[in-house]
Amino acid sequence: MLKLLKFLKNYRKESILSPVFKLVEVAFELTIPLLVANIIDRGIGLSDKPYIIKMSLLMVLFGILGLACTLMAQYFAAKASVGFATDVRKSLFDHISKLSFSQLDEMGASTLITRMTGDINQLQTGTNLTLRLALRSPFVVFGAVAMAFSVDPASASVFAVTVPVLTVVVFAIMLACIPLYKKVQQRLDGVVGKTRENLLGTRVIRAFCKEDEEIQDFQMKNSALTDMQIKVGKISSFMNPATFVLINLGIVALIYVGALRVDSGKNSNGDIVALYNYMSQILIELIKLAGLIISLTKAIACGNRIEAVLDISPKTVSGSGVKEDKNSPYIIEFRNVSLSYGGESALHNINLKIKRGQTVGIIGSTGSGKSSLVNLVPRFYDASSGEVLVDGADVKEYDATALRSKIGTVSQKKSLFEGSVRDNILIGKSDAADEEIWEALSTAQAKKMIEEKPGGLDFMLEQDGKNLSGGQRQRMTIARALVRKPEILILDDAASALDYATGAALNAALKSTDFAPTVITVSQRVSAIKNADLIIVLEDGKIAGTGTDAELLLNCTAYREICESQLESEAI
Amino acid sequence: MNNLSVMKRVIKDIGRSRLLIAVSLVFSVISVILSLYIPVLAGRAIDCISAKGAVDFAGVKSALFYIVICAAVGGLLQWLMSIINNRIAYNTVRYIRDKAFGHIQKLPVSYIDAHPYGDIVSRITADADQFSDGLILGFSQLFTGVVTIAVTLIFMLTISPVIALVVVVLTPISLFTAKFIAQKTYAMFKEQSEVRGKQTAFINEMIQNQKTVQAFSYGEKSSKRFDKINERLRTCSLKSVFFSSLTNPTTRFINNLIYAAVGLIGALFAVAGNITVGGFVSFLAYSNQYTKPFNEISGVVTELQNALACAARLFELIDAEAESSDAGKAELSHPKGDVSFNSVEFSYDKSRTLIKDFNFDAVAGKKIAVVGPTGCGKTTLINLLLRFYDVDSGSITVDGININAITRESLRTHFGMVLQDTWIKNATVKENISFGKAGATDEEIIEAAKAARAHGFIKRLKNGYDTVIGDEDGLSEGERQLLCIARVMLLKPPMLILDEATSSIDTLTEIRVQEAFKKLMENRTSFIVAHRLSTVRDADCILVMNDGKVAEHGTHEELLKLNGFYAKLYNSQFSA
Repeated sequence: MLKLLKFLKNYRKESILSPVFKLVEVAFELTIPLLVANIIDRGIGLSDKPYIIKMSLLMVLFGILGLACTLMAQYFAAKASVGFATDVRKSLFDHISKLSFSQLDEMGASTLITRMTGDINQLQTGTNLTLRLALRSPFVVFGAVAMAFSVDPASASVFAVTVPVLTVVVFAIMLACIPLYKKVQQRLDGVVGKTRENLLGTRVIRAFCKEDEEIQDFQMKNSALTDMQIKVGKISSFMNPATFVLINLGIVALIYVGALRVDSGKNSNGDIVALYNYMSQILIELIKLAGLIISLTKAIACGNRIEAVLDISPKTVSGSGVKEDKNSPYIIEFRNVSLSYGGESALHNINLKIKRGQTVGIIGSTGSGKSSLVNLVPRFYDASSGEVLVDGADVKEYDATALRSKIGTVSQKKSLFEGSVRDNILIGKSDAADEEIWEALSTAQAKKMIEEKPGGLDFMLEQDGKNLSGGQRQRMTIARALVRKPEILILDDAASALDYATGAALNAALKSTDFAPTVITVSQRVSAIKNADLIIVLEDGKIAGTGTDAELLLNCTAYREICESQLESEAI
Repeated sequence: MNNLSVMKRVIKDIGRSRLLIAVSLVFSVISVILSLYIPVLAGRAIDCISAKGAVDFAGVKSALFYIVICAAVGGLLQWLMSIINNRIAYNTVRYIRDKAFGHIQKLPVSYIDAHPYGDIVSRITADADQFSDGLILGFSQLFTGVVTIAVTLIFMLTISPVIALVVVVLTPISLFTAKFIAQKTYAMFKEQSEVRGKQTAFINEMIQNQKTVQAFSYGEKSSKRFDKINERLRTCSLKSVFFSSLTNPTTRFINNLIYAAVGLIGALFAVAGNITVGGFVSFLAYSNQYTKPFNEISGVVTELQNALACAARLFELIDAEAESSDAGKAELSHPKGDVSFNSVEFSYDKSRTLIKDFNFDAVAGKKIAVVGPTGCGKTTLINLLLRFYDVDSGSITVDGININAITRESLRTHFGMVLQDTWIKNATVKENISFGKAGATDEEIIEAAKAARAHGFIKRLKNGYDTVIGDEDGLSEGERQLLCIARVMLLKPPMLILDEATSSIDTLTEIRVQEAFKKLMENRTSFIVAHRLSTVRDADCILVMNDGKVAEHGTHEELLKLNGFYAKLYNSQFSA
C-alpha cells in the first residue's frame, strides 16, 4: 500500500492544504463556545443587548469563515483523491500492457478488471475521507487529552489509559479486517469472472439449455461474496460499540476518581464537569472516525491488491535495442530452442533457418506446437532455453516495439475491437492513409465485403466484431497485419475460416505485394502450404522434417501420412 | 427512470427483509435513548459530588452503575443493529444482483451482442457495490438520526416550548438545502456511473484482447485512448465527489446560523427574565444536539443519491426487454426430424436484408450440407434454426410445427451443436465435456472424448480429465474444437448442427472425427456448415447459398453436372 503513495506526490499541495483548511475550520468551531460564554457573562450578566447582538453576528461571521475553509478542504481532498485514483488507474493500465503473455495467462482477465475498477474506486473513497478527517480527529482527541492534563494531571491519567486502549482496539479491528476485505475482493473477482464467462458463452450456454445451472452457479458465487461481506461487517461494525463502551467506562472511572479527589479537597466540582466534557468530545470524534477507519481498511486491502499487480515485473523486458544485421542471410533463426509453459514442454530443441523473402509452411497435428513455435518470433513468450534470432540478432536484445513492428501477426483468435473498420485496421499502422487501408483490405480479400457495408471504412463493428461472419472477421485481422507492410507475416491458421477460393486468392495476392514479406503460414491443410519454399513438419514439439513438398514426400513419413490423409478425403 | 421510481423499487426490494428492519428500528430506538440517558446519569453523579467531604458516594456509585449498564446494553444493541443492517443491505444487493444475472439469461442474444460486456459487468459489480455501501450508510445513520431528533425534541419542549418552536421551524431549511444539492448531484453521480461503465467496457476489451494489443504494439495508442476516458472520469468524479461533499458543510453552516439565532433570542429572553441562565445553557446544548442528526442525515442523503444512481443502472439492465416468453408454448418431444424453411426473411440491420425468400425442406434423417461464400448467411441460418434470433417473416418448422410455437428449451435440447464459437467454461475438462449432460459417468465422458479424438491431448494435460481449463487458457483452437465435439458426442442428440466444427483440426484427426460423426449422424437430421467442400461431398443434399438465398441444391454429383455456382466453387478449391 505504501508504495502507492508515490502517486499522491503529484497532489502534494492539495493533500497538505485539505487537512490544513480542515484544522482552521475546527479552530473556528472551537471558538463558538467562547463566544457563548461571553454572551452569558457579559451580555446577560450586564444586560448589554448591543453586545449580545454583536457577539451573535460574530458567530455568523465565524460560521461563514468556517464554511469557506471547509469548502476549500473538500475541494482539495476531492481533487487529490480523484487525481490519485486517476493516476493509479493509468499506471496500472500501462503496467498491464507490459506484462508478458505468460503473466497475463497466469493472472486471468477478470481479476485484472476488478483491480482496475472496483479496487481503485475503494482506494479513491478511502483517500478522500482520510484527507478530510484523518488530521481532524487526532487533533481533537489529543487536544482534548492535553486540555484534560492542564485541568488536573492526576484525574487525566484516566485519559492516558483510555486513549491507548482505544487505539489498540481500533488497530486490532483494522488488522483483522484487512485480510478479510482482501477475500471480499477475491470473491468479487469470482462474480466478475462468472458474469464475463456467461456473456462470452451466451450462444453455447443457450444452445445447451444451461441457463438454470449458470444461474445457480452465479448465485453460489454471489452468496459467497455476500457471506464474506457480512462476516467482515460483523468485525468492522464492532468498532463503534467498542469505542462507545470504552469511553463510557472511561467516564465512569473519571467521575469516580473525581469524586475521591473532590472529597479529599484536591479538585473542584467544576473541574469534573470540564473533564467529563472533554471525554464526551473524544467520544463524538471517535465515532466519526470509525466510519473513516472502515473505509481506510477497505482502501488498504484494495491498495495492496493493486500494488501486487504493479509489483509484477514484466518478464519480457524489452531489450536495449539492437542494430539488426540486414546482411544476415537468415531473417529468422532458431538455435536449440525449447519451450515449456510450466508443464510438459511444448517445443524441444528446435533448430531452424529461414531466408529473407521465403514462404514457409508449418504443418503438424493439433497440439504439435505450431502456434508455440511462431509465438516465439515476436517474443510473445520467451524460449525456456536456446535463442531465437531475427535479422541475425537475438529477439531478447530487441526493443520490443521495434521487433514487433517488423512482424504482422494473424492469430487464431480473431480478436477485433468495437469501432469502425478504419479504427480496427489502423491498429496495425496508426498513420495509414485510406488508400493504404484499401490496399491492405484488397490483399486480404476483404475489399468487396467492406465496400458493400454501409459506410464502408466507417462501418461500425460491434464488440469482438460480432456483426461480421467468421470468415469476414478473419479477413479483417489479415488486413490489419498487412497494412503495416511487415517484413515477416505470420498467419497462424489464419485461413481456416476462409473458403478455398478466397484462400487461394489471398495467397496469390500476398505473392504480388510490393513489400515481399517472409510469409510463415501455419496450417492443417497440405494444400495451403504445399507450394511453400520451406515446409516444417512438427510432431509432438519436435521437427519431424523440413524441406520442400517434393523432398518431404520422399523422406518424411509424418508428412507423407498427412498428405495421404488429405488425398483420401479430398480426392475426387 | 427518475429518482422517485427508483426509490420506490429499492424500498420494495428492501421490504423483503421487513422483519429485520423492524428489529433494527427497535434496537436503534433503545440504543439512542440509552446513549442520551447516559449524560443525564453523569449529571446526576456529578450533582452528588458537591464539595470537600460532602460527596454522596452511594449516589455516585449507583449512577455510575447505571452508566455501565446503559453503555453495555447500548453498545451491544448498536453492534447487533450494525450486523442486522449489513445483512439487510448485502442481502438486498445480492437479491438484485441475482435478479440481474437471471435476467441476462433471458435477454435476446442481439442485446448481449450489442452491449459491451464490460458495461454489463460494471453494472453487476461496481454499481451494485456502491449501492450496498449507500444502503448501509443510509440504514445506520438515517435510523439513529431520526430517533435522536425525536428524543431531543421531547427534551427541548420540556425546557422552553417557544424556543423549541424556533428550532423546529428553522431546521428544515438545512434539509431543503441538502435536498437541493442532492438533486444536482444525482445527475452527476449518474454521469459518473455511466462513464465508469464505459471505461470498464474499454478496460474489458483491452484486457481481453491484450495479446493482440501487444502483438501490434498498440499499447501506446490504447493508453492514449484510455487517457481520454480516464480524464473524462476524472472530471466527472471530481464534480460529483466535490459537490456531494458540499451538503454536510452547508447544512452545518445553516445549523450554525440557527445556533446563533437561538443564542440571540435566548439571550434576549434571559435579559428580559423569561428564561434562567441555566435553562439557556442547556437549551443551547440541546439545540446543538438536535441539529447534529440533521447534519448527518443530509450527508446520508447525498450518499443515497449515489446509491440510487447506481441502482437505476442495475434496474435498467433488469428492465431491458426480455426475449418473447415461452410460457404456455408446446414442448417438442421425440421429433422425427423434418425441418423446413418457408419464405424466411431476416436481417440484423433493418436496412439490409440478409436472408430473403429462403425455402428449403430437410427430410428427417438426412445429412444436409450448407455451403457458400463467406458472409452469405450460413451461420445466420443456424442462429435462426436455434432461435438465437427470430425470423422477420416466413417460418421454420420442425415436424411441421412452427418453432416459434414451441419452447426454446425443448427445441434446443433436440439439437446437438458444435458452433463456430469454441467457448469453454472455466471448469475441469470432465465438467466441460459433460456440459450438456449432467451426471454422465466417467466411462461415458472418456468414450465421448475418444470418439472426438480428444482423449490423447487430454491425457497429456497436467491433471488429465480433472485439469481446470478456461477461456483464457493456453489450449489451441483445434483442441478447443475437439472438446466442443466431445461435448456433442456425449449428448447423442436427435438432430445435429455442425458449424465449421472441424476447421482448426488437423486432417488426420479430422478424418477420424468425421468417421465418428458419420456414426453419430446415422438416421439423424444433420446440418453441416462447411467451406471445405471435401467434407460435405457425401451429404444427402448440398444446399448452396449465395446472397442469403438458396442458389442451388442437390447431391454432389447432381450439382457438378449442373455446372453452376457449386461447380465453380468446387473447382476453385482444387485449382489452388
